[in-house]
Amino acid sequence: MSQIEFSNVRHAYPPPAGQAPVYALQEIDQVWDDGGAYALLGPSGCGKTTLLNIISGLLTPSEGSILFDGQEVTALPTTERHIAQVFQFPVVYDTMTVFDNLAFPLRNRQMPEAQVTRRVNEIAEMLDLSERLQQRAAGLTADGKQKISLGRGLVREDVNAILFDEPLTVIDPHLKWKLRSKLKQLHQQIGVTMIYVTHDQVEALTFADKVVVMYDGGVVQVGTPVELFNRPKHTFVGYFIGSPGMNVLPCTLDRGQPVFASHRLDTHHEGDSDAGGRLEIGIRPEFVSFSNDGIPVAIDKVEDLGRYQVVTVRHESQQIKMVIGEDQPIPAASPKIHFNPDHLHLYRDDWMVESGHA
Amino acid sequence: MAIELRKVSLRVGAETHIHETDLSLQPGEFNILLGTTLSGKTSLMRLMAGLEKPTSGELWANDSNVTGVPVQKRSVAMVYQAFINYPSFSVYDNIASPLKVAGLPKAQIDEKVRRFADLLQLTPMLQRLPDELSGGQQQRTALARALVKGADLVLLDEPLANLDYKLREELRDELPKMFADTGATVVYATSEPLEALMLGGYTATLNEGRVVQFGKTSTIYRQPHSLEAARVFSDPPINTATIEKRGSSAQLGETAKWKLPRSLADMPDGRYTIGIRPHHLLPTGKGVKVDGEVQIAEISGSESIVRVNIEGNNWVSEAHGIHSYKFGERSSFYFEADRCLYFDARDQLLETRE
Repeated sequence: MSQIEFSNVRHAYPPPAGQAPVYALQEIDQVWDDGGAYALLGPSGCGKTTLLNIISGLLTPSEGSILFDGQEVTALPTTERHIAQVFQFPVVYDTMTVFDNLAFPLRNRQMPEAQVTRRVNEIAEMLDLSERLQQRAAGLTADGKQKISLGRGLVREDVNAILFDEPLTVIDPHLKWKLRSKLKQLHQQIGVTMIYVTHDQVEALTFADKVVVMYDGGVVQVGTPVELFNRPKHTFVGYFIGSPGMNVLPCTLDRGQPVFASHRLDTHHEGDSDAGGRLEIGIRPEFVSFSNDGIPVAIDKVEDLGRYQVVTVRHESQQIKMVIGEDQPIPAASPKIHFNPDHLHLYRDDWMVESGHA
Repeated sequence: MAIELRKVSLRVGAETHIHETDLSLQPGEFNILLGTTLSGKTSLMRLMAGLEKPTSGELWANDSNVTGVPVQKRSVAMVYQAFINYPSFSVYDNIASPLKVAGLPKAQIDEKVRRFADLLQLTPMLQRLPDELSGGQQQRTALARALVKGADLVLLDEPLANLDYKLREELRDELPKMFADTGATVVYATSEPLEALMLGGYTATLNEGRVVQFGKTSTIYRQPHSLEAARVFSDPPINTATIEKRGSSAQLGETAKWKLPRSLADMPDGRYTIGIRPHHLLPTGKGVKVDGEVQIAEISGSESIVRVNIEGNNWVSEAHGIHSYKFGERSSFYFEADRCLYFDARDQLLETRE
């Protein structure tokens, strides 16, 4: 188990002669806690795989260093970093039994057989595989095999961290939910630093204590699921976390207060001087409601999603999404909407303007 | 095109893939097949397309019997989960391919390709090869090719499953709109209940090679006629428990007791099953109180999802807002009795009226 530190790490693939390097990974400078559950979340091409490869040692960053518990490991190969990895597709020896598959990483390190048996039984118990230990892996379903892969990742007690690279891709949605809960529970039981790479917000938010949101080669925010939801630091975080994502609407400033659609909006935002840049407000669909007075809109679409409704409304050419309760009525005549001031944020050039200073 | 399956079944060797099925799809409607892997979604689509001949029964299109008519002779387009395009053709030529096969004049082909490329936001990529596109763009190319044919029946087999979820969200929003204008009958297979709700239209819930229930999507969600239908259309899984009915009262475990709707009070006393959707089991509020031991709590931004053991049943609560719990902690949850679904001994839904 280890704390993982990135000290001014950034990475560029070697540029053609005479050209400036293009960074696939922008500078990151962070410390991840020992025993934490982290998720790297972002769309394809955001740099999350590059970062994962730097942690595992498959890639040496072009600048900066990476430390496990204060020890520099930047130049160490994967095999010397004591890291377990679980990949997108099951890596299983079909001809071996489930037991032998789980025992493999331990026997590889010459662990005495009595200890191997104890540990394999423990892990099998956690993953509900105890009944199947003597079965051949070949006969298992895709999720059964992926459970073995997870088990092999979890079986060693001497690892610095366990890395998961989109481990639930091949799993049926009905089972994803179970394995995700299982993984979370296992993390609580064994307390190893876990790093989970995914493009799926639900997986990231339900698994991790801290989510590292990546966009365009850089880390845009590290936060708890609640922080990412309530205070997205960048418009991308607002858009990417939440379904539907945050509404981002153009605005102007009048004496420090945002103005949208000729309406001065109530915020807790105070004393901002108008200092230029592209200004936008961000408001999540959950915090837009129908009201007696407010911004007049036309209703474009109502979607009944069972537990709630998603309503798409329009003010002039600007579409706004709102989420309302399953039984809540939708006004028939001249609807108006209101933004909850507690959850209205101001953005300048895509970055949140912190209250009180511009 | 109206599509009708009349007592259709499909057996392969000793295995039954589709049990005898009757299903009637109205022309121009958006239809969803919802079920887990191996529930029969793909088999049913292949039967509708004519890629597979039914072991028994008949397939009707509008008013003609098309059983055994091969797919080439039918007006059908299909899009699969894997992005299938011609790798050596540009996006333009990929979209144009079915029109060239049909022998359309060049000017007409050009007009159609550009119209559908525009609709699917592919105009800037028309000269690229599939390899040079993102997954979403590749799948949009496959969709454009299916649309441009103007087929009367369009079959989409989990077309968004391999895409990033934000792209999925956008395409889900656009898909029903795209097809609404073409007049095609669409059949869309998915294993995700939420996706079915987002797409709307009509839904057939599938389980183990049978159509469990078919009707308007929101009705199938709110009024599943059996426990099986409720289970297929619920993620996280619907909470179930056995209750003891005595007169007009229902009892769950030792302490939870509530009054039954009038229509149920007249039923014979004994054991019944209830179903409560996870978002109707809340950590605060009014209604019937139940206590349980918290197993795991997940917070996903706006929502808290808690697994809790209540009277020996593994239940899930899905609530707005942030609620923190410790593993093993005892806590109370509430549900409103009139949100309950009641099932009889044969797991059929009992109608509830006051």
